[in-house]
Amino acid sequence: MIIYGRFASSLVLAEHGDGKLNMVTLNAVTAASKLGDVSVLVTGADMKSIAQQLTKVEHVKRVIMAEDEKLKVQLPELVTNVVLASQKRFGFSSIIAGSSTFGRGIIPRVAAKLDVSPISDITFIHSENTFSRPIYAGSAICKVKSLASVKLITVRGTAFSPANIGGGSGAIEIAPSADLDFAKTEFLSQDVSNSGRPDLQTAKIVVSGGRGVGSSENFKLIYDLAHKLNGGVGASRAAVDAGYAPNDLQVGQTGKIVAPELYIAVGISGAIQHLAGMKDSKTIVAINKDPDAPIFQVADFGLKADLFQAIPELIKALE
Amino acid sequence: MRALVGVKRVIDYAVKIRVKPDKTGVIHENVQNSMNPFDEIALEEAVRLKEKNVIKDIVAVSLGPPKAQEILRTALAKGADRAIHVEVDDKIAEKIEPLNVAKVIAKIVQNEKIDVVFVGKQAIDDDSNQTAQILASLLDWPQALFASKVEPEGDTFKVTREIDGGHDTIRVKLPAVISTDLRLNEPRYATLPNIMKAKKKPLEKKTPSDYGVEIIPQTEILEVTDPPVRQAGVFVDDVQMLIAKLKEKGVLKQ
Repeated sequence: MIIYGRFASSLVLAEHGDGKLNMVTLNAVTAASKLGDVSVLVTGADMKSIAQQLTKVEHVKRVIMAEDEKLKVQLPELVTNVVLASQKRFGFSSIIAGSSTFGRGIIPRVAAKLDVSPISDITFIHSENTFSRPIYAGSAICKVKSLASVKLITVRGTAFSPANIGGGSGAIEIAPSADLDFAKTEFLSQDVSNSGRPDLQTAKIVVSGGRGVGSSENFKLIYDLAHKLNGGVGASRAAVDAGYAPNDLQVGQTGKIVAPELYIAVGISGAIQHLAGMKDSKTIVAINKDPDAPIFQVADFGLKADLFQAIPELIKALE
Repeated sequence: MRALVGVKRVIDYAVKIRVKPDKTGVIHENVQNSMNPFDEIALEEAVRLKEKNVIKDIVAVSLGPPKAQEILRTALAKGADRAIHVEVDDKIAEKIEPLNVAKVIAKIVQNEKIDVVFVGKQAIDDDSNQTAQILASLLDWPQALFASKVEPEGDTFKVTREIDGGHDTIRVKLPAVISTDLRLNEPRYATLPNIMKAKKKPLEKKTPSDYGVEIIPQTEILEVTDPPVRQAGVFVDDVQMLIAKLKEKGVLKQ
C-alpha cells in the first residue's frame, strides 16, 4: 500500500440502509487507504452495530459515529453539517464516498462549503492529487490533477476492490456536534424494490434485457435466467422507458455502472450510453438477432439468435 | 414564482466523440452540439409549471462560449421568457467547473429573486453531477436531486427522486434547487413559429466579472485518452457452444 504524504488522512462517508452496511463503502475504504490514514464517518439513528462492524474493516483507524433521530434518513443537508464539523476537528486531506445517490448528494454539498471543486466518479488514483475519471459516457478517460486544498471525491465502486471486513482495529469516537436544524427538507417516504435478487452493482453475474425483450411479461425470461445463474437483473434504458423493467435496474451512463465477472446482454443493441455502464465487465455475452448490433463489438461471445428460443434453451442447459 | 433554468451546450449525445491526438481533450471542431439532454428536461418541467400558472417567469441561463447563445435561443423557443448568457471565450469554457457555474448562478439567483432553480442532474460531457448540489449549498437551500416527479404544493415542492434500488419522496421548502432525471418528462420540440418568436425575446449578455466571479479552475486536465479497447470477441453457433466457451473460460462452473 502506498500512502502519500506524511500526515495525509482521509475520511470515508459510510453508506447503509436497512441496518446493513452498503458494500460500496468498502470500495471507498480501499480508495481512501491509498490517500492516507482512513477514518470512517457513520451517521444515522442507531449506528452502534454498523460502527462496530466498521472498526473491523482493514485500513480503518477511526470510526466517527453520529447518532441522532434527525439523521435517521440521512438527508444530505444534515449529513453535510456533520461532515463539516468532523472536518473542522480532524482536518482531513481528503473526503471520499461511493458515487451512489448518497455520495453524490453529499460530497458536492460539502465541497461548496469548503470552496473546493469536487472530483466525481474516479476510477484510478495516480497520486494524492492525481486521478483518472471517465468522461463522455466513458468514451474518454480524463487524468486530472486537483489543486483543491481538500480533495472531495466520489469513487466508482467497481473500480476499487472492496476492503476486507476483519483485520481492522479502528476505534469508535463520537462525532463532534453539528447543526441538525435544517428544516427546509422533509423526508416523506421511500420505495425500494426488493427483488430478492443479488444487488445489481455487486452481483458476480448480471443478466440484462433490452427493447428486444418486447414486454414486461417477457422480462420474466430475464429474471429466470438470472435466477438460474444466481445473478442480478439489469435493463437498458429502452427497456425501462418502455415500462418492461423498473428504473432502478437501468445500466448505463445515467443508471448503474456495473462490472461483474459475467454480463449477459439480451435483446440490447448496445448504445454508447448503455456500454458506459457495463463495458468493464470481465466477460460479456451478447444475445441478439441483429448481427450488426453494436453490442457485438464489445462482446467476448456473441450469439446471433432469437432470444425467445435461446434463453429458454440456455435455462434448460443450465439445469 | 420565478424559475431559473441552467442549460449547457454539449456535444450531441449521438456523436461518437474522438480524442485529440495530442491528448489535450476531445475534438470539438465540426461536431454537432446541442442542449444537454437533462437540461432540456429541466426546462420542460419549468415550462409545464408555467403553463399551470405555478411559475410566472422563466430565466434560462448558460455560462459558456459565444455559441452557447444558440442553445439559449432554443430555450427561448421552447418557452423560457428571457435568457442570460454569461460569456467566456472558448479556451476558458473548456476549463469551467461546476463550482464556477454554481457561483455565477448563485449571484443571478440573488439578482433576479429566483424561487426555484431547475438544472439537469448531470452534463453528458463532463458527467460531473455536481452543479445542483453545489448551488444549493452555496445558497443554503434544500436540494431535490434526480427528480422523476415534481408536484408544487403551496410554498413547497413534493419531489419523487430516483435513488439506488428504487425511489423516494421528499418535500422541499422554497426556495429550492431541483435536479432533473431522465424520467421526469418528455421535452417538447421547438416549433418554427416559436423559433421565430424566440428571436425577439430578451437575451442579456454578461461576463463572470459582472457577477464578481473569477473563473479559477481547481482541476487541471493532464491528459485525455481513449478508454482501453476490448479485444474482439467471437460469434458462437448455438447455446451449447456458448456454455462450453463460458466453462472453458472459467466463468461458469464445470
